[in-house]
Amino acid sequence: MGRYLLRRLLIAVPSLIGISIVLFAVLALAPGDPFGELASNPNVPPEVAAGLRAKFGLDDPIALRYVRWLSAMLHGNWGFSFVSRIDVDTLIWRRLPATLLVIGSSQVLALLIALPVGVYSAVRRYSIFDQIANLLAFIGFSLPTFFTGLLFILLFSIYLDWLPFVFRTDLGATGWHWYWEEFKQAVMPVAVLALLQAASWTRYVRSSVLEVIRLDYVTTARAKGLPERMVVVKHVVRNALIPVVTLVALQMPALFGGAIVTEQIFRIPGIGSLLISSILANDTPVIMAVTFVFACLVILFNLVADILYGWLDPRIAYR
Amino acid sequence: MTERELGKLIASVKAGRMSRRAFVCKMVGFGLTAPFATQILAHAGIAQTAPQTDYKPAKAGGGGALKLLFWQAPTLLNPHFAVGTKDAEGCRIFYEPLAAWDPEGNLVPVLAAEIPDIENGGVAADGMSVIWKLKKGVEWHDGRPFTADDVVFNWEYASDPATAATTIGDYRDATVEKIDPLSVRVRFEKPTPFWADAFVGTAGMIIPKHLFEAYKGANSRDAPANLKPVGTGPYRFVEFSPGDLVRGERNPSYHVADRPFFDTIEMKGGGDAVSAARAVIQTGEYDYAWNMQVEDEILVRLENAPNAKGRTQIVQSRGIEHIQINNADPWTEVDGERSSVKTKHPLFSDPAVRQALALLVDRAVVQTHIYGRTGVTTGNFLNNPDRFTSKNTKWELNIDKANGLLEEAGWKRGPDGIRAKDGKKLKLVFQTSINAPRQKTQAIVKQACQKAGIDLELKSVIASVYFSSDVANPDTARKFYTDIQMYTVGTPSIPDPERFMQQFVSWEIASKDNKWQGANPTRWRNEEYDKIFRAAQGELDPVKRAMLFIKMNDMVVEDGVVIPVVNRRWVAAVSNKLKATLSGWDNDFWDLRHWYRET
Repeated sequence: MGRYLLRRLLIAVPSLIGISIVLFAVLALAPGDPFGELASNPNVPPEVAAGLRAKFGLDDPIALRYVRWLSAMLHGNWGFSFVSRIDVDTLIWRRLPATLLVIGSSQVLALLIALPVGVYSAVRRYSIFDQIANLLAFIGFSLPTFFTGLLFILLFSIYLDWLPFVFRTDLGATGWHWYWEEFKQAVMPVAVLALLQAASWTRYVRSSVLEVIRLDYVTTARAKGLPERMVVVKHVVRNALIPVVTLVALQMPALFGGAIVTEQIFRIPGIGSLLISSILANDTPVIMAVTFVFACLVILFNLVADILYGWLDPRIAYR
Repeated sequence: MTERELGKLIASVKAGRMSRRAFVCKMVGFGLTAPFATQILAHAGIAQTAPQTDYKPAKAGGGGALKLLFWQAPTLLNPHFAVGTKDAEGCRIFYEPLAAWDPEGNLVPVLAAEIPDIENGGVAADGMSVIWKLKKGVEWHDGRPFTADDVVFNWEYASDPATAATTIGDYRDATVEKIDPLSVRVRFEKPTPFWADAFVGTAGMIIPKHLFEAYKGANSRDAPANLKPVGTGPYRFVEFSPGDLVRGERNPSYHVADRPFFDTIEMKGGGDAVSAARAVIQTGEYDYAWNMQVEDEILVRLENAPNAKGRTQIVQSRGIEHIQINNADPWTEVDGERSSVKTKHPLFSDPAVRQALALLVDRAVVQTHIYGRTGVTTGNFLNNPDRFTSKNTKWELNIDKANGLLEEAGWKRGPDGIRAKDGKKLKLVFQTSINAPRQKTQAIVKQACQKAGIDLELKSVIASVYFSSDVANPDTARKFYTDIQMYTVGTPSIPDPERFMQQFVSWEIASKDNKWQGANPTRWRNEEYDKIFRAAQGELDPVKRAMLFIKMNDMVVEDGVVIPVVNRRWVAAVSNKLKATLSGWDNDFWDLRHWYRET
């Protein structure tokens, strides 16, 4: 086990370096520069933008800039944003809470919907419930979040005027009132994301339960005279959930990555909106750091998923 | 009227025999505009009447929360690092300049005790220096007094290249010295008629010396006050989350009595312009939304809804959407660059072609169908404030006249309907950035050109490339590797047009030598223009100076260097109850201290 872990981690190093090279090269080759807005302002002489470029090392060759970035990164220095001149790690830390809150609760909500609905429709296969659940699931994952988001805003904020559509990190309220306000502003983005996720997970839980429910040991359990409830909960679901657990683990990086579009629509100050605004401003250090963190998370959670799978399913061995 | 008579009139105003109003009326009678007449008086040392503010609240505070929505969030709060107007607006909540620009392009004192002029001895008669007297009793938010040392420090800070300030261009050509604790002198290297650059408006916000002194130069980025501003403004700092939120609270010791009205201020960023307009006009969740780059049709619909809670506020600005004509040949490479100044454009060297093209831009349709209230047709390149707007130009859409001009100049229609002369066909490539209104405008121009036998090939470039200073990319606006191109210049802008009109002088021609950083992409060179521009740079009489700029405008328009299309307006969405004066010459928050909500 220990050797397996070590080997996996060692393999991760070259892939991370490869990823960072690709990211850096793409960003460096992409058009635009962070001081474009200065360049098109007639009140600012062009030398000002040129001077800033030179000072921040943007005119150096790509290879040199990459090596500089990599060595700084290895020393734990993430660099600073060209646009705000704030350290990148500070920026990311500030954005984490909102992302974790919204995306995290949407994942929990999605699981709370997907598990019971998936299991129940598998057990009552082809029943009316199953048919309706399937239909809703298909609708759910074929509607993109930017569309459902706008629909929700139009319906709940503009026509009904029930919910605010601008997410605020500083609610001017305390105590229970604060929780209520927080709930009101988070419910739309959370619902948008949860519906999409729940739809696909429902289908997944359903099919994985269906696979298990046909197995001989389930028939044995029933033959022993166990009540159906017990059979499903203790014998079927437990085994059926092994692949679901790995799937959820693999989804974790997305949790940090946030739902970029949803964050933008609802103005949630999360990592996703940080990434978008940095891309629009050509703020290379921030884009680099955020995407690199995602890459690390993907690799890490792949590893976690593999280990979890082996732990849950003793038939899997590490070699 | 002769100069003598004018002098007599001014003298009688000075002596109090004639009221300012009567003088202005008389001048208007002679065909001058009112702001222009006011400026004549100001130059003669007759102070402007204090702007009449109909400020209602009787005491400071009690206004609750002021909620502002920006679809681009401020990313930093040091005015000397501000990259875009969004950053400057965020800073303006806490920091103030010595003077601000009002909607008519006049100076209003903020941290200055008065606006310097020749009469009060502020502006030197030779234009070599200006003395700013500072307001007494102004305190920083931490209780320290605001003095001349702070003002001098701002100059030192910004003009140091190691600080990497974006305002360096406004400070480096001057030297600033302290005269006494409440006055400073700004010295210039040469006579400078436009002295209100440093310490004024967006670039003029003053940061405190005692907090930034240790962070001048290379370690400017490390200053804690970069993120926790301590200014002199009407609101003091509470919280800042870059790219998301700025919060402030009322400054109880603000230097203007009974101001400001609101107890707290909140500036939320992110999202998009249309939903920001909705949040102010439709749902009333916010009091103000910045820079409404939204189709006017949508704004009108929102405003005209029966229960609209807000409205748009539109102010004049200099922004001009215009078509540029390339004077160099974009299709021949000379010494590794196209559009080289060493070449002449094969088609535009014939003035008839340039004149015909100017007749083929249907500005009225562009205004009514595309820009609405946010872009007004104009025949001038230099628009606003009124004293700089030429009355000599006119524009028309006249396809017959264009046809006649081309016919007369020997451009004959070929079998494909496209005109040609000496084997050169009238085929042009028209480039602009990707932006729906621009593509629509391109189509309108193309249609008219077709009727006149000119074939336009439309090209659109993604904005991040088109407006970048990327030396390696052939599609930037400064490289201008096509025959004609269209975009907006002049937003944001300061009232003085010197830097604005610099984009036609010959020494600013964009070329390989200056890495295409030159401000003149049209490659137009005209000795007379250069001469007039140089004269304006040193002309101390504001009236004569304005005339020179008007002359420059007339030259570039009449010579067909540019075809002005519409004069853009600055648009914000404001709640129906909020009273706010916006200015197209300064930040939207230039007058934040006077904002209040009606009950």
